[in-house]
Amino acid sequence: MKINSNDLILKTMTSIIAFILLGFSIYLFFAGHNAPGGGFIGGLMTSAAIVLMNMAYGQEAMKSSLPINFRFLFKLGLLIALATGMGSFLFNEPFLSQTFAYFQLPVLGRTELATALLFDLGVYLTVIGITMTIILSIAEDHKEELSE
Amino acid sequence: MSNLAILPILLPFLAGVLVAFFHKNLIASRIFSIIATVIHLALTIFIFMSVQESGTYVLEVGGWEAPFGIVIVADPLSALLTMTTAVVATAAVIYAPKSLSRIQEEFYFYSFFFLLIAGVNGAFLTGDLFNLFVFFEVLLMASYGLIVLGNGKAQLRESLKYILINLFSSMLFVTTISFLYSVIGTVNMAQAAERVGEVEQQGVLTVIGILLFFVFATKAAVFPLYYWLPSSYTVPNAVVSALFGALLTKVGVYSILRTFTLIFNYEVDLTHTLFIYLAMFTMIFGVIGALSTNNVKLIIAYNVIPAVGFMLMGIGIFTETSIAGSIYYLVHDMIIKAVLFLLIGAVTYAAGTSDLKKMGGLIHHYPVLGWMFFLSTLVLAGIPPFSGFIGKLLLLQGGLNQEEILIVIVALISSLGILFSMIRIFIGGFWGEADIMDLPKQKPSLAAMTWPVGILLSLSILLGVGAEMFYPAVSSIAEYVMDPELYIESVLKE
Repeated sequence: MKINSNDLILKTMTSIIAFILLGFSIYLFFAGHNAPGGGFIGGLMTSAAIVLMNMAYGQEAMKSSLPINFRFLFKLGLLIALATGMGSFLFNEPFLSQTFAYFQLPVLGRTELATALLFDLGVYLTVIGITMTIILSIAEDHKEELSE
Repeated sequence: MSNLAILPILLPFLAGVLVAFFHKNLIASRIFSIIATVIHLALTIFIFMSVQESGTYVLEVGGWEAPFGIVIVADPLSALLTMTTAVVATAAVIYAPKSLSRIQEEFYFYSFFFLLIAGVNGAFLTGDLFNLFVFFEVLLMASYGLIVLGNGKAQLRESLKYILINLFSSMLFVTTISFLYSVIGTVNMAQAAERVGEVEQQGVLTVIGILLFFVFATKAAVFPLYYWLPSSYTVPNAVVSALFGALLTKVGVYSILRTFTLIFNYEVDLTHTLFIYLAMFTMIFGVIGALSTNNVKLIIAYNVIPAVGFMLMGIGIFTETSIAGSIYYLVHDMIIKAVLFLLIGAVTYAAGTSDLKKMGGLIHHYPVLGWMFFLSTLVLAGIPPFSGFIGKLLLLQGGLNQEEILIVIVALISSLGILFSMIRIFIGGFWGEADIMDLPKQKPSLAAMTWPVGILLSLSILLGVGAEMFYPAVSSIAEYVMDPELYIESVLKE
């Protein structure tokens, strides 16, 4: 998927843009359960950043610097999402029940922690896993055609 | 509140996710899948029993109360259908390893399989029209995965058609739901029933009802929307065809049954009369299709269509007897279609071809398979005392009581047509001299394929011979279905 092996502008900009994208996606992810955002949109934005880095630096470089098996990621995500839904069974509450509480955390001060965040984490991982699997398999297809 | 209601959806979903973690380890996946389906079967039987005893289970997901949140409703009808699904799923998963190639099995077959079951159960159990759409999507996603499994050229061609038609009907579905929401302001089935009842289904509501019917009719393969079915049900692997044939069209039929007994039941003269005529054409065209071909897989696939006609006929006639007939037929058809698709998978595996003209004399090599096929033919065609007969008897009784003579005659003639199309396979494939086909000297053993089918078939026969035992349950479910108040009360708790 590497477009041009020596694209200085793309590489320089990517290192800035990807950083902003990743930061904003994490912000969206944490805003999710009571403001616009959430695991889905956060996951999409994270995968957009990863795709951008893939385009700029090439797949080989990305594989060595970000050795994540995306197929494993979405299975894990699904399992987390499902498990948080089923967690309510332990407390004899209806499926997908959620709760939240306020905690005093060292750096952040008084923080709201919600169980919905755990569910969102599952969604987040699933979305990254799925989008990256789809995009990378299409990209690898293209590479095979070129080498033939 | 009872979490029991959602377990038939969660358990297969969880199993599907877990089995994806070790999809390359076939032995482990097979054992895990069999254990999971057996637990699922036991669970659905338990739910059915306790629903029969203590009434409908309603789960308000996340603790959000009924008209506002999502409800999962395990009522007698849903519980019966999830139980039947579980039976079919158990047989299919035992049969699968023999029928699939190694690479197909490794490529997430069991995950897709469990997600399909989760989607089907979800569609049966949900009490919310929008969620019905969601579960339709879940089961369709899984079915897209299953239909392309194996990557054949024909498969890709047919799956493209299948995906396009389903995308279109999903789009229509969600549009229709938004129409309904803009008119009555709810997607909760119980509240929708209440509100449609308050205005006696005036004006645009009937149009919305018919639009919904067309969405479900596409899934159920009712005339004139059945054209996608035969070829897309023949191209995938036998076990996938069996799951599709047994479960997917039945989800469509169930949705018609649910919405047109619960919500849109005030303009019976218009809507339900339409159903009777469509049922008639569905039977006629299905049977003509089944008689028109020499491809054994295609004959079975075409036979899915008249069965849908029979069930729709019961809904159209709309009396307690005919609805009981439809429900009986629904259960009977889920089991027998799975049996037939699995058996024909074994037949084509043994014969090495699905062309009837190239077959012959199989009964000398595989007597058990031959007689099982013959028995299932009788069950399908509705020869007394088998289960098809009981369902058809109730349907015809209902039809005659309402003086719908034409549909009764068409139903009887198409039953004969079904019998004829199936006997053709038996005569062409099994009769004849032993040496018509040059089969390899070392005949592959079919035992692993026949015994799970044998269990299903004996269940199917039991369903007919032991009708005395099952009929009271079915007729009480029909009575329940015909009284929408019961459903509304159990969900909204007024």
